[in-house]
Amino acid sequence: MSKVIAASPRLGAAGVTAIRRDFRALHQLVHGKPLVYLDNAATTQKPQVVIDRVARYYALENANIHRGVHALSERATDAYERARASVQRFIHAAEPHEILFVRGTTEAINLIAQTYGRTHIGAGDEIVISTMEHHSNIVPWQMLCEQTGARLRVVPITDAGELRLDEYERILSDRTRLVSIVHVSNALGTINPVDQIVRLAHARGVPVVLDGAQAVAHMSVDVQALDCDFYAFSGHKVLGPTGIGVLYGKTSFLEAMPPYQGGGDMIRSVSFERTHYNVLPYKFEAGTPHIAGAIGLATAIEYLTAVGLDRVAAYEQELLAYGTDALSRIQGLRLSGTASHKAGILSFVIDGIHPHDIGTILDREGVAIRTGHHCCQPLMDRLGVPATTRASLALYTTREDIDALRTAVENAREVFA
Amino acid sequence: MSDLQDLYQEVILDHNRRPRNFRAIEGGRRAGGYNPLCGDKLTVYLRLDGDRITEAAFQGSGCAISKASASLMTDAVKGKTLAEADALFERFHHMVTAAPDAPVDELGKLSVLAGVRQFPVRVKCATLAWHTLRAAAEAREAIVSTE
Repeated sequence: MSKVIAASPRLGAAGVTAIRRDFRALHQLVHGKPLVYLDNAATTQKPQVVIDRVARYYALENANIHRGVHALSERATDAYERARASVQRFIHAAEPHEILFVRGTTEAINLIAQTYGRTHIGAGDEIVISTMEHHSNIVPWQMLCEQTGARLRVVPITDAGELRLDEYERILSDRTRLVSIVHVSNALGTINPVDQIVRLAHARGVPVVLDGAQAVAHMSVDVQALDCDFYAFSGHKVLGPTGIGVLYGKTSFLEAMPPYQGGGDMIRSVSFERTHYNVLPYKFEAGTPHIAGAIGLATAIEYLTAVGLDRVAAYEQELLAYGTDALSRIQGLRLSGTASHKAGILSFVIDGIHPHDIGTILDREGVAIRTGHHCCQPLMDRLGVPATTRASLALYTTREDIDALRTAVENAREVFA
Repeated sequence: MSDLQDLYQEVILDHNRRPRNFRAIEGGRRAGGYNPLCGDKLTVYLRLDGDRITEAAFQGSGCAISKASASLMTDAVKGKTLAEADALFERFHHMVTAAPDAPVDELGKLSVLAGVRQFPVRVKCATLAWHTLRAAAEAREAIVSTE
């Protein structure tokens, strides 16, 4: 990324071209066609700086952290803790110890369920989620309900894929102990009114978990402004490595929670009679963490921050409008998810063609999209479809990518004509 | 596009549009099949005379490959014994998983699905109906999953 482009207020075609040069994966042929990568909601590609940073860590800095007195261990510890501070700045958390490194969004939500949930939620209590949740924000709560006798309440959505705030208000009650809602829907693109969701829950003294897996790569997130109590996201969906993710929690909550896993690093002292747990955040990071992953994630978010999240968001909104228009022109195509406040997700069904067939035909055109239920089976039931085809955008997506998608979908229609 | 044309041959598209034996059979054996990868769900129904299949039918929703395969299968196994149907599944399975350049066994109309071998992720779609048929033959009521 050149300095000139980084300084421009708007991310235009030249800026995106420069960005694309940082992603080697985008420049390859698939089935003899140039790759058109539109599966960013599943995982984003990685810029070379991230790949190089992870390689450099393993090549020159590899050591275990928090223990060694030798130079490499000190360097690795320093890089790991600086990564935590990078994440803190990225989501605007108050303290670095409010950033816990986990494997991903899924583990983050399981952590909350099995620590906060097991100690604060009991029989007859209610946990509030929504129809548009990913399985990772459904199943951990169902498991908790089985363990505790608590009950899951589900906020319905409109046909456009928007959360029914009126129903949400109605569902919130004296029995509600926790609200866990997705910030941006992976299957619909809906950006939920999370500030209102938090405010309404807090008015009843109910804490809120936000699943930010599809948000952080596409918009600036400020957990203090949102005032959410927990925020979770995965590194690999924000240009970083797989296997690393983040759980943000307010200090007061994290301090009141028991540890998640027991082991090394999460203890202050151990004897067979009694173990004293370590301070935050280490209480929640048992065992050797994914050091390279955390360092790579920090590089990824620094890259994204240098481009500018606001510029990324504005650019992706332009692309979304372009893509919505392009796809709407295809006969028999119906978009799933037409919320007024939406991120770069184009989910659709076509009369008479199963998404899986579309996926195969598009793949042969070099167009990588996702087909299926997107780990949102209850949402698919609500939409009345077994599956959808989903194209998801990123900062390196171009109008030419959208054009290629449209052409490939038209070809699929011809095959099935 | 040639491998795509192999996959989506006119016969397959026709069976997808107008699946044969697309109905329930009352009072016979049946089993449900599910492919979580793409959400294909189908039920296979059998009527038996001893161990001979006198009627085979299916219902459900799925991609073109799974629907066409189920449609072709119900035609193909009618009149066969359960052992013969099972042997046919073995040969069919071999056909759709063989190397792309391997010769295609003569399997009658089922041969139109040989193109699936060039699309390994679609093998499950093509074999879902057959796995479900096997379960129905054994009168297992449980849902069969390809995972």
